[in-house]
Amino acid sequence: MSTARDDILSRIRGALEDIPSAERSEHVAIPRRYNEQESIPHPELVDRFIARVREYKAQVRRVTQDSLAASIASACTARSVRRLLVPADLPPGWAPVAIELVVDRALTYEQLEACDGILTACTLGIAQTGTIVLDSGSGQGRRAATLLPDYHLCVIYDDQIVGLVPEAVARLNDVAHRPDRPITWISGPSATSDIELNRVEGVHGPRTLEVLVVETVRTATSTDG
Amino acid sequence: MKYEPLPTRPGIRFEDAARAALDNTQLRRNMGKATQTIRAKRAVVVEELPDWQALREAGRAIKERTIRHLDQYLLELEASVQRAGGQVHWARDAAEANRIVTSIIQAEKAHEVIKIKSLTTDEIGLNEALLEEGIEAVETDLAELIVQLAGDRSSHILVPAIHKNRSEIRDLFQRKLGHSNLSDEPKVLAAAARAHLRRKFLTVPVAVSGANFGVAETGTICIVESEGNGRMCLTLPRVLISIMGIEKIIPAWRDFEVFLQLLPRSSTGERMNPYTSFWTGVAPGDGPRAFHLVLLDNGRSRVLADPVGRQALYCIRCSACLNICPVYERTGGHAYHSVYPGPIGAILTPQLVGVANASSLPYASSLCGACYEVCPVKINIPEVLIHLRGEVVREKQDHPTPGGPDVEGLAMKFLSYAFSDRKRYERVQKVGRVGQRLMTRGGVIDRLPGQLGGWTAMRDVFPVAPQTFREWWSARS
Repeated sequence: MSTARDDILSRIRGALEDIPSAERSEHVAIPRRYNEQESIPHPELVDRFIARVREYKAQVRRVTQDSLAASIASACTARSVRRLLVPADLPPGWAPVAIELVVDRALTYEQLEACDGILTACTLGIAQTGTIVLDSGSGQGRRAATLLPDYHLCVIYDDQIVGLVPEAVARLNDVAHRPDRPITWISGPSATSDIELNRVEGVHGPRTLEVLVVETVRTATSTDG
Repeated sequence: MKYEPLPTRPGIRFEDAARAALDNTQLRRNMGKATQTIRAKRAVVVEELPDWQALREAGRAIKERTIRHLDQYLLELEASVQRAGGQVHWARDAAEANRIVTSIIQAEKAHEVIKIKSLTTDEIGLNEALLEEGIEAVETDLAELIVQLAGDRSSHILVPAIHKNRSEIRDLFQRKLGHSNLSDEPKVLAAAARAHLRRKFLTVPVAVSGANFGVAETGTICIVESEGNGRMCLTLPRVLISIMGIEKIIPAWRDFEVFLQLLPRSSTGERMNPYTSFWTGVAPGDGPRAFHLVLLDNGRSRVLADPVGRQALYCIRCSACLNICPVYERTGGHAYHSVYPGPIGAILTPQLVGVANASSLPYASSLCGACYEVCPVKINIPEVLIHLRGEVVREKQDHPTPGGPDVEGLAMKFLSYAFSDRKRYERVQKVGRVGQRLMTRGGVIDRLPGQLGGWTAMRDVFPVAPQTFREWWSARS
């Protein structure tokens, strides 16, 4: 008896009989005449990123490296976050004082949910779309941790911001091949427009997303575009 | 709920169903508002991209490459998913896919599954099939939840409950979710759904999803969504089953640089949808411990066999063609009697189930071409509609309806006979001139007799002229 796999493959091959047998997939040309890189100066990219994150009704603020821990603490206080979930590999110097930190060492879902918020890093941001990208890299936690608490506080360094979607996709190429690195793109808080197309921010994921953009210390001659 | 393995009902004609829909003023108001709103949002964010047309060209080319070499890419995807720790299943049709999913759930001893909105699972009637085995499928998308609680059907592929207004939804939630004194504020209603589903997310052991894209090169599967219910389903249960139509494949990771620009802007009119999830097999310590990918044919290889019609398989389910379509805007999705409504449904459904089973759908269009203009992968929908109309006529010729003569076919045969010979044509003109006297009023024929009357129901016919040019010319010399 033939398997479903064999049957489907043979149906497909039969259906494609009109395709010349000498044709290889790479013979079908793909014109890539779209923009692959944004050409505007980097400071403008950062401005655009911030403006577009804000358009999604996410909170976004510029901070400096020196004030980072204090900014994290004040963001938590403003949101009445008392128990803050953090990944086990939180970068040094981020821990806010006077806030109880819950380190995610294989916590249960109930324990994750009992936290008021989650603090993470990210791998990059996309100015064109106001997107932050988590790729399960250091300081980013596992997926459940950025999902169950109702508040997500994400820190991005301004040199992590790229211009266009193609730049982000290119940077993620290596991790995309790895099973241990699931990727999540986040553009604003969760939202629905299912009722009369009225946009409601905050359904199942964190109802509040806050992004802190840290000014990277650079030399005067830096021309990173 | 009745088990319907096919996405369409052969006996029902679009024009009859549309008439019923047009009588529903509330539905028309809701649909009009919805389509106009999304259309306007889409136009703004598409306008913003200077390279939109180049992206469309690339999107179409990538899909064309994939479809022309589908067997190769499916084998590559299978190998990639298995390498990453996932299991791959193949399903010839809906029944086989449902059996595969049922047996995976039963092996987990689960009686309940949580679901991400998926047209593919609607197409195969998965929820109904699971119910027959005593397994409850809980829809977690807000609109799908509304439709499920109401025992209703989806009317739009992106916002399935668009035909219901807020007070209808409030009443439904009060009845079904045990609330009293719920306000009809969308924010309050969304919060009620959040509270209702949170426990399910945390406790149900198996999730079922569709797939927006599957990458042959890496084995990565991608789901785009807004509410976070997708992330919940993809992350929290211990087993994940994704059902993917075989045409949803893309060759390489890099291709996301095209589709993640085309899809959100065409679909919800956003620069990017709130959440996009990518996973490759099974990640240790993060998310499900087992991942099953079910590759579904269910008529797709039949669509593939038609060199004109196969472009329908390029579709990335954005729904831009629905929102722009003047016919869909007025009738809504139900009139199409398929999980795939609107212009794309009018070309996809007849090909999936055979034109004989959906012969009215290729006519559910004015051929204005707006759908082709907005399609992010440049599916030439009008071209396929006309092609399928030809198929419908051939089908009628090959299998005449037992109910009575095919008036249109007979009329065409007669005209072909009359037009193929000059003498014959002139004789017919003379006979016509005599015959039309009884029917001509005020210089036009406003009513043809018998079954020909259908033609004059909406328009007048000009009679044969008292003297033709040829007659005038020969009388003159």
